[in-house]
Amino acid sequence: MTPLLQVENLAKFYGHRIGCTDVSFDLFPGEVMGIVGESGSGKSTLLNCLAGHLTPDRGAVRFDTRAEGLKDTITMSEPERRMLGRTDWAFVHQHARDGLRMNVSAGGNVGERLMAVNARHYGNIRAEAIDWLGRVEITQDRIDERPTAFSGGMQQRLQIARNLVTGPRLVFMDEPTGGLDVSVQARLLDLLRSLVREMNLSAIIVTHDLAVVRLLADRLMVMKDGHVIETGLTDQVLDDPQQAYTQLLVSSVLQV
Amino acid sequence: MIFVENVSKSFVLHNQGAAEIPVMQGASLRVAAGECVSLVGASGAGKSTLMRMIYGNYLTASGRIMVGDLDVASAPPREIIRLRRETLGYVSQFLRVVPRVSTLDVVAEPLLSTGTARDDAMAQAEALLRRLNIPKRLWALSPTTFSGGEQQRVNIARGFAFPYPALLLDEPTASLDPTNRATVLAMIEEAKARGAALIGIFHDHAARDAVCDRQLDVTQFTPGLAA
Repeated sequence: MTPLLQVENLAKFYGHRIGCTDVSFDLFPGEVMGIVGESGSGKSTLLNCLAGHLTPDRGAVRFDTRAEGLKDTITMSEPERRMLGRTDWAFVHQHARDGLRMNVSAGGNVGERLMAVNARHYGNIRAEAIDWLGRVEITQDRIDERPTAFSGGMQQRLQIARNLVTGPRLVFMDEPTGGLDVSVQARLLDLLRSLVREMNLSAIIVTHDLAVVRLLADRLMVMKDGHVIETGLTDQVLDDPQQAYTQLLVSSVLQV
Repeated sequence: MIFVENVSKSFVLHNQGAAEIPVMQGASLRVAAGECVSLVGASGAGKSTLMRMIYGNYLTASGRIMVGDLDVASAPPREIIRLRRETLGYVSQFLRVVPRVSTLDVVAEPLLSTGTARDDAMAQAEALLRRLNIPKRLWALSPTTFSGGEQQRVNIARGFAFPYPALLLDEPTASLDPTNRATVLAMIEEAKARGAALIGIFHDHAARDAVCDRQLDVTQFTPGLAA
């Protein structure tokens, strides 16, 4: 089986400080990988390098493109990478306002991504938008409201609808449940899990919440000071951590 | 079906002076299809540790753990995930689920993820919940708010939903009343009859004697405890 994403020896430096370095892994279709680590460990830098938002200094990020198979996204042309960003990739930001247009209606936010892949029939676009808003539990009567009128949890669900409407194959998520209260988090987790299964999505989720990765991720990568220090099956890393830092991380979680 | 050969494990506690604690040495075990083997030994002897090593959530330091034709001790994560989806089930003592997901969905999930059609999966989940006496009015609710015995039964329903060729049972009858206990023992017998290989930990001796063909004392594999 061809991996969907193949990362080899990736490194990004900020001056002489390490952003992340020596990162290699394969992600297969339908797999969800979690990346955990404390603030400053390089997990967001890594995610942004993978998603093409930052240019790494070294290494390769090969994506299994529909037309040409595995292709390095770092060396491909800018239009080609942008096209991937609109079609096969999705990026869910921690703050929904970074991923939404706040002065465009909810329906417009979802429809815009469709138009970017050449949907032109207004009726179809609106119908598709209504369908997707329904899937993320936003009722049809809110379609013409702007996201500014939505709660934080609704904005996050709208961002997910906007991202998934074009049927991406790989979703990058940066703290998707961060800053939401726990009841809203639970609903979002349930939504993400069922979407991942129904659409056979692959996803890379950056978070510092170990409970989130236990429920969502098949595999886990632990980062510290820009290095990957431990990887493995999620419940294995959490139940039998090998590295000192991972043991500290796991044993520091408050029990409710 | 399950073949454990000369397996060892130790824990290194880095944050407690890098103390190395050997917990298992030379563990071997063989379970054929249609057989149920119970792990026995005092608390702390390593029954759960061995079971978790077989399930792959504890790493194995040396030796082989074959489940079907996969060596869990050395397999990459994605193969273990596939093994757990299609071959190896696990009924733990604790229910761990996404909050707010209905009991019916929790039980149907192993079927849905192996490609059973939704209607079919739901019908089977309903039958299991009915059999285990979970009242119908609870089916649409999340099991996170259920009583201990109810959660245990939801866990069992989920574990038995898919006909896994190999099944690990950690105290499956722990907090059950006599009626439900009898139901669970019958389900274990049925799993054996269809050819599943089972490994169980039972503190309930009567239950153990009723369904298990053999016992394996893990104390012999516990470093420092072996006679």
